[in-house]
Amino acid sequence: MGTTLAEKLWESHLVRKGTDGAPDLIYIDLHMCHEVTSAQAFEGLRIAGRTVRRPDLTIATEDHNTPTLDIDQPIADETSRIQIQTLRDNAKEFGVRIHSLGDADQGVVHVVGPQLGLTMPGMTVVCGDSHTSTHGAFGALAFGIGTSEVEHVLATQTLPLAPFKTMAINVDGDLPEGTTAKDIILAVITKIGTGGGQGYVLEYRGAAIRALSQEARMTVCNMSIEAGARAGLIAPDETTFEYVKGRPHAPEGADWDAAVADWKQLVTDEDATFDAEVNLNAADLEPFITWGTNPGQGAPLSASVPDPEDFADADQREAAANALKYMGLTPGTPFREVAIDTVFLGSCTNGRIEDLRAAADIIAGREKAPNTRFLVVPGSARVRLQAEAEGLDKVFLDFGAEWRNAGCSMCLGMNPDQLAPQERSASTSNRNFEGRQGKGGRTHLVSPLVAAATAVRGTLSSPADLEPAAALA
Amino acid sequence: MEKFTTHTGIGVPLRRSNVDTDQIIPAVYLKRVTRTGFEDALFAAWRGDESFVLNQPAYQAGSVLVAGPDFGTGSSREHAVWALKDYGFKVVIASRFADIFRGNSGKQGLLAAIVEQSDIELLWKALEAEPGKELTVSLEDRTVSCGDITVQFEIDDYVRWRLMEGLDDIGLSLQHEEDITAFEAKREAWRPKTLPEKTEPKQEIVAARPVK
Ligand code: SF4
Repeated sequence: MGTTLAEKLWESHLVRKGTDGAPDLIYIDLHMCHEVTSAQAFEGLRIAGRTVRRPDLTIATEDHNTPTLDIDQPIADETSRIQIQTLRDNAKEFGVRIHSLGDADQGVVHVVGPQLGLTMPGMTVVCGDSHTSTHGAFGALAFGIGTSEVEHVLATQTLPLAPFKTMAINVDGDLPEGTTAKDIILAVITKIGTGGGQGYVLEYRGAAIRALSQEARMTVCNMSIEAGARAGLIAPDETTFEYVKGRPHAPEGADWDAAVADWKQLVTDEDATFDAEVNLNAADLEPFITWGTNPGQGAPLSASVPDPEDFADADQREAAANALKYMGLTPGTPFREVAIDTVFLGSCTNGRIEDLRAAADIIAGREKAPNTRFLVVPGSARVRLQAEAEGLDKVFLDFGAEWRNAGCSMCLGMNPDQLAPQERSASTSNRNFEGRQGKGGRTHLVSPLVAAATAVRGTLSSPADLEPAAALA
Repeated sequence: MEKFTTHTGIGVPLRRSNVDTDQIIPAVYLKRVTRTGFEDALFAAWRGDESFVLNQPAYQAGSVLVAGPDFGTGSSREHAVWALKDYGFKVVIASRFADIFRGNSGKQGLLAAIVEQSDIELLWKALEAEPGKELTVSLEDRTVSCGDITVQFEIDDYVRWRLMEGLDDIGLSLQHEEDITAFEAKREAWRPKTLPEKTEPKQEIVAARPVK
């Protein structure tokens, strides 16, 4: 019987099969670090007198705490400053390459890896960060780990791991105009729930996935964790190879040919079986948003705020009632009438150049809604430079948006970019938990297209709700 | 991690059940970037209370904590074990532990010994009758002795073996160093390396322009 892609990746990284109930030992090809989850791991090494086994397979960047304004000034918040300084000191002491604030390759760790060509098909990738699943878009086994595991990988370049189950997410059909990868993944999470993927590695398959660009695939894999999954991945193809080719760390010449020959083997066999399968038709999708306080509480934008009474399941009913209370929403209100205070375009979900281009295309020549703030935070400094080279910064600034420096920013509000209590956002990030973007803040997860249209109208909107561009003066 | 066979030290009777990790170390201490130096954070909320056991001079140098049932419940923070170890504890004895706490202890070389509640009562009495009395914990024999009292404790075989060998998770994986090296020898040369650094040409980045 054949094997799935996830199982092949596991097999090919098996250092040692576990015996007597001990876990398998898996080799790690790339380990990324950021300032929040690595400090105690490095200290653990220091205490035990250990070194980083493979600094050449390790990379660090600053993202969670970094300010997006005045980046040439010392960081005002003490905890943030100490965390970042500690990462810099650790990187220096242990010989780990770091991309610090002010460097073109500083940015959200999951944007930086792929942009440098360090993320490639067929790898195992880990980081002390749950959205490491992003890298699965290259046909890699990529997952988040805890601080003691960070130390483990630093010291051994391996992890003792128990096997996982596999789930196929089949998305067939063509995505309608105005819908994106973000709508696919929000629909998937609404369908299977925030716990639906628990214990599984998801493999996204089908025509709609194949039709996605490489960056859009990262958006899909990024949110696998929001369905509770360990990881999510997509088999690599020409789209992937094209994306990797020519990047700083991409193989060249004969190495490139050898690599591609290897990568072409990275598919799930025809006769392989998954432990579970979920089917979705992309043609049925519309722009999707969340209305609640977990990413599984989503609905099409064309719908209205749900009535908790309509949920058959008692737990869901209660969760919905609590969520609506926190979100300050009344059942029956059309989503299109929900006024938004802040639009956030950025994060490792939707902070890449294609996301910025798509949003800029929509707002170009239009005016921002007067009471809505629009924060644009490129995923990495290089994305920002690229956007500036294309003149996108001008489009955003002319529109009335704030054009910021790279980092996680308002995705989790560890830096000064936060929502005020009760402030409502439409955010292209991945988590709408209570207080995620600032204490008491209310988050609606949306695609970059919905974010842009919402910034124009001031209420949750899709591009289809805007006057045709031709009608603009 | 140090090998653990026997340990003799002052016993500290903590007559409380359900000591959760928030009590062991409050959340405000989690912002730190270190993994040592948490001794001041241990039981922080109780340390202000003069009658708290660790504030009594006879117990201050304690290294064996004898606690009530359900020790270590609540959030999974690894800091709870760090704080106990930093204070100087080598052993925690209770009749029941929260699973995650027990798992974290085993990984970091703190012995979590499960003793019947009736035996805990005996130990408490002995320690209170003579503050500063020492206990001897033998991992080899799975016993705790205090004067003429000797009681049995339970511990998972695998964890016991690890503690006796002084192996943390990392140490265990490094036992397979040869396998790791052999695996590395087979890795294809084209697989990416972060060093030496390869990036696109350096570009200057200026601070964000002021927002209107
Ligand atoms: S952008 Fe958000 S989700 Fe992504 S790594 Fe940063 S904080 Fe985490």
